Amino acid sequence: MALATGVTATPGKQRVLRGGIYGMLVLGTVVFALPFLWMVSTALKASNEVFTFPPSFLPKSLHFGNFSDGWTVVPFTHFLINTVIVTGAAVVGNMVSCILPAYAFARLEARGKKVAFALMLATMMIPVEVTLVPTFIAFSKLGLVDTFWPLILPAWFGYAYFIFLLRQFFLTIPREYDEAARIDGAGYFRTLWSIVLPQSKPAIATVAVFAFVGNWNNLLGPIIYLRSQEKFTLAVGLQLFQGQFQTYYNQMMAVSLITLLPIIVIFLLAQRTFIEGANISGIGGR
Amino acid sequence: MPSDSRTAVAGQPVVETLTQVAEGGGDAPRARRRKHKLSPLAKREERRFWLFLLPWVIGFIGFGAGPLIGSIVLSLTNYSLLSAPKFTGLANYRRMFEDPLFYKSMANTAYFGIASVVLSVVFTLLIAILLNQNVQGLWFFRMIFYLPSVVAGIATALLWKNILDPDFGLINLVLGWFGIQGPGWLQSPQWSIAGLVLMSVWGAGNTIVIYLAGLQSIPATFYEAARLDGAGTWQRFRHVTIPMMSPVIFFNVITGLIGSLQAYVLILIMTGGPSSGSAGGPENSTLVIGLYIYRQAFQYYDFGYASALSWALFFVIMLITAIQFALAKRWVYYDGK
Repeated sequence: MALATGVTATPGKQRVLRGGIYGMLVLGTVVFALPFLWMVSTALKASNEVFTFPPSFLPKSLHFGNFSDGWTVVPFTHFLINTVIVTGAAVVGNMVSCILPAYAFARLEARGKKVAFALMLATMMIPVEVTLVPTFIAFSKLGLVDTFWPLILPAWFGYAYFIFLLRQFFLTIPREYDEAARIDGAGYFRTLWSIVLPQSKPAIATVAVFAFVGNWNNLLGPIIYLRSQEKFTLAVGLQLFQGQFQTYYNQMMAVSLITLLPIIVIFLLAQRTFIEGANISGIGGR
Repeated sequence: MPSDSRTAVAGQPVVETLTQVAEGGGDAPRARRRKHKLSPLAKREERRFWLFLLPWVIGFIGFGAGPLIGSIVLSLTNYSLLSAPKFTGLANYRRMFEDPLFYKSMANTAYFGIASVVLSVVFTLLIAILLNQNVQGLWFFRMIFYLPSVVAGIATALLWKNILDPDFGLINLVLGWFGIQGPGWLQSPQWSIAGLVLMSVWGAGNTIVIYLAGLQSIPATFYEAARLDGAGTWQRFRHVTIPMMSPVIFFNVITGLIGSLQAYVLILIMTGGPSSGSAGGPENSTLVIGLYIYRQAFQYYDFGYASALSWALFFVIMLITAIQFALAKRWVYYDGK
């Protein structure tokens, strides 16, 4: 499809084209994968080898100890628990608070619906910074700075991008299905739960993965709201390797790799649904 | 809330709806019946609508509109959290126009925003086209290109800080293999933004996914027709792919620009940590406006000035978005028109 949708005139020319495509893909893959491999290589190097000149691409000897040392020199088990709590609560909140409005926007009629929808789209254009300071002050007045609440609460009150995305999916499900359910006496909530949701599994999975990745990697919230070290999440905890005089790169990369594992696992599990799910068009009712 | 709002965008219909909204359209075919008095059933539906919308309405007031108004008010005061805000009128704005760092940060933002958007929009389109070919091991290639954006976050920033290290980093090592003496990247005022741009292109996998979705929705018959008319590969790309993809390209330019004008968290990590007051790179060469706002608010606790700066940024983003929409009429094609 696309560019080289292509059966070109001669088979020879076509072979050249295919070779070119593979060549560019492999080249691109190498360029994109190199930083990853560098990360792995750094994680396995000895401390004094990270900063040798000229740098070596492969470690001279493998130091798997960086993983355990890095994990324990900073209380990462503790940070992991914090991250799981915050991410779990936020993802559940994202799902609940985005599915309901998305369904309403996709299926229900009401006066003011258009205005509400336009306002929702507009919120996507407001820079985070604009609302950041007053929100910080509000949480500070409520005495919630240095707690998990500023990281969890907003997730329970809708997130425009997710609502928008889910609405797009819901709109592709034939209306007849839920109208039939409605005629059979199911309420709106029941219709959403037993007709719309089961048909939007790719959409739900996509949003769930986006929400997981977004919250797991969330940096801005913890940097601004968390002060005491025992409340840190993994994302900010990694900062602690960056000392005033020295950065412990090998351990930091080792621990970064560990913290990436859950994301990579989730991504691989969801890969099919995820990549195909992002292609909203043509999902239809199956 | 996810730190990178762009992660949540996907797919062609998003674009269609945005344009519908932009054109004052929408999808309310059943709206006509509202001209009459509402039936009890419709009333019930309306109540349900607002009930379902409640989480977002509360969120909009609490985390959107409320803080927005608060930020206007704050921008007119002198406030440091310790004592009550003192009303100072337009003093913060006057200060802004006399502040060399304000201009410097705006220029840095423009440089970073334009470079990273142009590069990622063009580069990722090419990648998406490659990833849309029928080749072996496609899932593997797709994963490699998409993964960087999934792991985006602190790990990316720290990794790239190391990669860009002039003496011990990967890039200059690779350049050295070809006999090229690499620049100082983050340690040099001339190259620091360029380094950040490289990182942002590496992590642009979401853009690739959105392009892929768009490419897959171009009907194969269009290409068939073009081929029957004797169009070669380049002509099909030029006259089918580009016009058909223009709404998606437009969408990526808009969201990409909004995103990169606001970007600063990774820059904060890479050019000094949140703990150090030095964030902003050598000679403030990576001090983008978002970072400057962060510095004013959360390092100097000058919330009034930070709010005024945020409004300047908001204004610029709105202006640029409006210009983009106006220009879009010339090059974005919507189906059948």
